[in-house]
Amino acid sequence: MKKNCLAKTFGILHGLLVPIVLLALWQWLSSQAIVNPMILPAPTRVLAKWWEYLMPAQAYDPATSGYLAWMFSGEMIHDAYASMYRVTVGFVVGAILALPLGLIMGANDRVYKLFNPLIQILRPIPPIAFIPLSILWFGLGNPPAIFLIVIGAFFPILMNTIAGVRNVDGIYIRAARSLGASQTTMFLRVILPAATPYILTGMRIGVGTAFIVVIVAEMIAVNNGLGYRILEAREFFWSDKIIAGMFTIGLLGLAIDTGMNRLNNHLLKWHRGIENK
Amino acid sequence: MTVQPHIRIEKVSKVFRTGGSEVAALDDINLDIKAGEFICLLGPSGCGKSTLLNTVAGFSLPTSGVVRVHGETVRVPGPDRGMVFQEYALFPWMTVEKNIAFGLEIQKQGRAQIAGKVDALLEMLKLQDFRGRYPKDLSGGMRQRVAIARVLALDSPIMLMDEPFGALDSLTRRNLQDELLRIWMEYRKTIIFVTHSIEESIYLADRIIVMTYRPGRIKQDVSVTMPHPRDPSSAEFNDLKKELGMLVMEEQSRHNQEEIKAPVAD
Repeated sequence: MKKNCLAKTFGILHGLLVPIVLLALWQWLSSQAIVNPMILPAPTRVLAKWWEYLMPAQAYDPATSGYLAWMFSGEMIHDAYASMYRVTVGFVVGAILALPLGLIMGANDRVYKLFNPLIQILRPIPPIAFIPLSILWFGLGNPPAIFLIVIGAFFPILMNTIAGVRNVDGIYIRAARSLGASQTTMFLRVILPAATPYILTGMRIGVGTAFIVVIVAEMIAVNNGLGYRILEAREFFWSDKIIAGMFTIGLLGLAIDTGMNRLNNHLLKWHRGIENK
Repeated sequence: MTVQPHIRIEKVSKVFRTGGSEVAALDDINLDIKAGEFICLLGPSGCGKSTLLNTVAGFSLPTSGVVRVHGETVRVPGPDRGMVFQEYALFPWMTVEKNIAFGLEIQKQGRAQIAGKVDALLEMLKLQDFRGRYPKDLSGGMRQRVAIARVLALDSPIMLMDEPFGALDSLTRRNLQDELLRIWMEYRKTIIFVTHSIEESIYLADRIIVMTYRPGRIKQDVSVTMPHPRDPSSAEFNDLKKELGMLVMEEQSRHNQEEIKAPVAD
């Protein structure tokens, strides 16, 4: 056990080596006044700014709010909440639209041929290219941002769902037919579970795209959220805040991906290749 | 009481069309199988033995001719003809228990009834300790036990087995052969068993149908009368093995020549 613990500590140290060296180099560069701090502030200043961005602006006053509400009154918390709200709504709407369509298109060749040409034309258009149209249609604020995220999440989920259903190994279908499965049973208990690895991959890509799109959408269509905040900081030449904001975006992205990964491993515990992760 | 089935294969031919060419996989097969018989279809790969099994299963229909099971023409697969595949074909997202229960749940049997049958099958195939496992955690032999249990659960009078032990090591294979014989004797099922192992066919079957290579025809219909358990080292066993070996090798060499002429993947 002790040996195991030691190996673990060593592993963590090993992984931290490169970031620590880079941070030290960055700090040294800043302290030598080689680079303009307006262009690249010292990591300590970024960290201080990050903390300031995270914490409440006002001192705690029990008369106006509760402690928890005060704790979460920082600007970053509000921005992160706004961004996550958009990602969640956009992703859920995108998935609700893409899943049934993908399942039907995968299972039914006629429906596939009906919709596939349109999808092939729309799919290569990056969601970002929909920005002008979405502002024209929905004005400013949440609606255009969420519209863009829906589009960003929709296509990866759709394409993977179709592929998942179409790639179900024929032997499962044959086995289920010889066991007497009806069409409904076949779909719900054989095709759907067999396609889940693909569907979950689609969702993971979809949520990643949604997260990219939300940052861009916030730079253009709304006036809060993490994307808006770092663009705003540029106008004031607050490079420390830009980097602090980017750091938060990175942490949030990592959290989302970790969450999706956990969900994957939980739902696919029957699947080969998962067990060693 | 279930009516005992009787399988009649009547003038069955099967032609596969791939691209421009046609391959005659089966040609004028006539075969009557009595209830409770253990039949082995024996031959080199490409002789159509699996194709013939698939027409009985209902996975593919003959180009001409009919397969009748108890007088009724086979058109679709069904639970009256349980199928065991070489690749096991277990549902990997279901536990052992769920795999075995699947066919019973389709038939909407009561929960207590299903649980009782599943328990009995788990015990019979020595799978009790694996009931909650997923197929990926089982060895090949264990997986095939589950696949056999899944078919037995349906109580189908006919079992179709497509090289079921082909991917197993020889010790596991012998083990499962003995177990299959035990099940066959206990339930008196009609079994059609596809294999390219001469020894396996002699060890198991009442009747061995030796098939020719392309087009698949019945070359010889051999009855095996040795009582079970059969001793693979006995003189009788080995005489038969020699005889069948010569028949099969003739077809195998035709297979080899064809492959040299037109190297097509089988």
